[in-house]
Amino acid sequence: MYNKITPEDIAALRAIVGDGEVLSGDEINPDYAHDELGGIERMPEALVRVRTTEEVSAVMKHAFERCIPVTVRGSGTGLVGAAVPVEGGILLETTKMNKILELDKNTLTVKVQPGVLLMELAAFAEENDFMYPPDPGEKSATIGGNISTNAGGMRAVKYGVTRDYVRALTVVMPNGEILKLGATVAKNSSGYSLKDLIIGSEGTLAIITEAVLKLVPLPKVSTSLLVPFPDMKSAIESVPKIFASKVIPTAIEYMSRDTILFSEDYLGKKFPDTKNDAYILLTFDGNTDAQVEADMNTVAELCLEIGALDAYIVDTEERKKAVWSARGAFLEAIKASTTEMDECDVVVPVNKVDEFIKYTHTIADELGVRIPSFGHAGDGNLHVYICRDALSDEDWAATLEKCFELMYKKSEELGGLVSGEHGIGYAKKDYLKAQLGETPISIMKGIKRVFDEKNILNPGKICF
Amino acid sequence: MKILVCVKQVPGSNNVEVDPVTGVLKRNGIQSKINPYDLYGIETALSIAETYGGTVESITMGPPQAKAVINETVCMGAERGTVLSDRKFAGADVLATAYTLSQGIKKCGEYDLIICGKQTTDGDTAQVGAEVAEYLGIPNVSNVLSVDAIKDGRIFLTASLDEKNVKMSVAMPCLISVDSDVNTPRLPSYKIKKCLTGEAVDVLTFDNFEDKDEKHYGLAGSATQVERIFPPEKNDQKKNVTGTKEEQTLEIFELLRSEKMI
Repeated sequence: MYNKITPEDIAALRAIVGDGEVLSGDEINPDYAHDELGGIERMPEALVRVRTTEEVSAVMKHAFERCIPVTVRGSGTGLVGAAVPVEGGILLETTKMNKILELDKNTLTVKVQPGVLLMELAAFAEENDFMYPPDPGEKSATIGGNISTNAGGMRAVKYGVTRDYVRALTVVMPNGEILKLGATVAKNSSGYSLKDLIIGSEGTLAIITEAVLKLVPLPKVSTSLLVPFPDMKSAIESVPKIFASKVIPTAIEYMSRDTILFSEDYLGKKFPDTKNDAYILLTFDGNTDAQVEADMNTVAELCLEIGALDAYIVDTEERKKAVWSARGAFLEAIKASTTEMDECDVVVPVNKVDEFIKYTHTIADELGVRIPSFGHAGDGNLHVYICRDALSDEDWAATLEKCFELMYKKSEELGGLVSGEHGIGYAKKDYLKAQLGETPISIMKGIKRVFDEKNILNPGKICF
Repeated sequence: MKILVCVKQVPGSNNVEVDPVTGVLKRNGIQSKINPYDLYGIETALSIAETYGGTVESITMGPPQAKAVINETVCMGAERGTVLSDRKFAGADVLATAYTLSQGIKKCGEYDLIICGKQTTDGDTAQVGAEVAEYLGIPNVSNVLSVDAIKDGRIFLTASLDEKNVKMSVAMPCLISVDSDVNTPRLPSYKIKKCLTGEAVDVLTFDNFEDKDEKHYGLAGSATQVERIFPPEKNDQKKNVTGTKEEQTLEIFELLRSEKMI
């Protein structure tokens, strides 16, 4: 159904983006065949590095005419295989579209190209006394990738997710047409929100080539609390009670002693406290010391009342670095502790987090497999890792299947969803189908067909 | 065993402005914090006390608000601490600071070990520890990486001589300055903080000291004069290298060589 890329195609693509920006065959680094965890590999036939909306449009016109599949890739930090060209064809890399185009202090917005890295945008915003609130752990992801997965991150508890900060998008349709969706406005009741359809569509509907993002004034004060609990149950049970106190922390993360120890091994750096089995890590931000301290004291008192052993104050840059660098390394640390792993990124209601975590422990015992986890206790988004360790190929495949089946079933039972922030991509398609059922999936397929009649844009993902 | 830890209150941020006329740091309105290097000293002291038994106290010289850093050491596990505070101490260079600290330490009773951080983030001289030891007439070891044992009145240490590490034992009482990053300092406890009543902090002034010669303290007792203070130039130069792996490697190598880093 798709055409293979010919020397003529390569020549045509080179004419659009320049000779050095089109690679084919052995010239392509094998890393382009996979992302960081998706469990799927496929080399593209051509790697095309674009720099402008017009180049993307011209590449898409050619691909559309020739019926060549196109998969967009940012930094390749995804975890569900969304940026893997499962049908071959063109892999369109956006990392050279990495310019921060305009900061508009009057509308509190910043216009960026999609290849800008999250850490670059965060630093730029901060230099200008602003904050870009979405804060996923993977700071070297591109903004285009963040928008495509509707990435969340740790500050979602107070500030929401990427979707809440996208004002407008410039996108290139599969046929090459350039569209501007949304606008630099605070309200919008103007028909179906096509911009919001693009957000979280994992590169299946159109290619994001520019984004106008909302910023907020940089909070002047930020302090964290690391609260040790005797066990995970009491740690996680504290979260709904914290919300009930009407203090909204910026972030509430939970972490077990095991995970912290992996991170110590991985980073070669001790964590400030590992005497206790379970911790929650909270951040508070605001504009005055007094306000932040009052919030922090309220929550610290509450935690002590409900069984916390103490509440450690993480107030200086050095202390924040010691604690948050460990938190930031959890994924890589767990990865380094085992031979292979796969991940379940479910999201459940915040008052069900404890039940879900306990269930993962039950599965771990029953199936004889190690399942460490950490995650965003404040928004119910959990990162649960099934570790292969010494399992044979056969046992690993069977165990993984069983684990996923049980965990997704449980999350559904608890009122949760398949993915909180990593997306569906290739790896989680079956679980999405199983959870949503026929009608929602067929609506999704219909939307995909309207955008992409030839099904050339990132085929084989999400609902196909 | 009694361990004393020397600490200092420093500006909470690196972005401190300098008054162009007086050359003095503009501390007003700037948050302050405990000198990060001192945290390694406090952690070393608390670990020693946990392992070998003993108590930890802290001492600082500074304005009255420097009580905050003593309280912070208490929140980390120290029993109590002392602030040396007097207008006569103002404007002290390293020599006068070390002398003032040594006078204060003499008023803190018997001690077995004094621990300092490597340096401070505002002064960066890394000399106060050694000078305090000289004034007290006790042995001093700098750049200590680890405390390996304490027995029979001696402390066994590993210290860095940059290219080599050296193991040694030193008779106590003595003073050690610990290197940076030798441990992960524990965090201050909210549970202790909320119980602070101010009783854990003693304040000593000039009048409490043995040496009443004002010429030994503050600006008058300083051997050096600061001509100008200015923030270091920021270096935010970035260079992206492109090309094949081999080309990039070569370019980075040449760059490092031209900068005399290798």
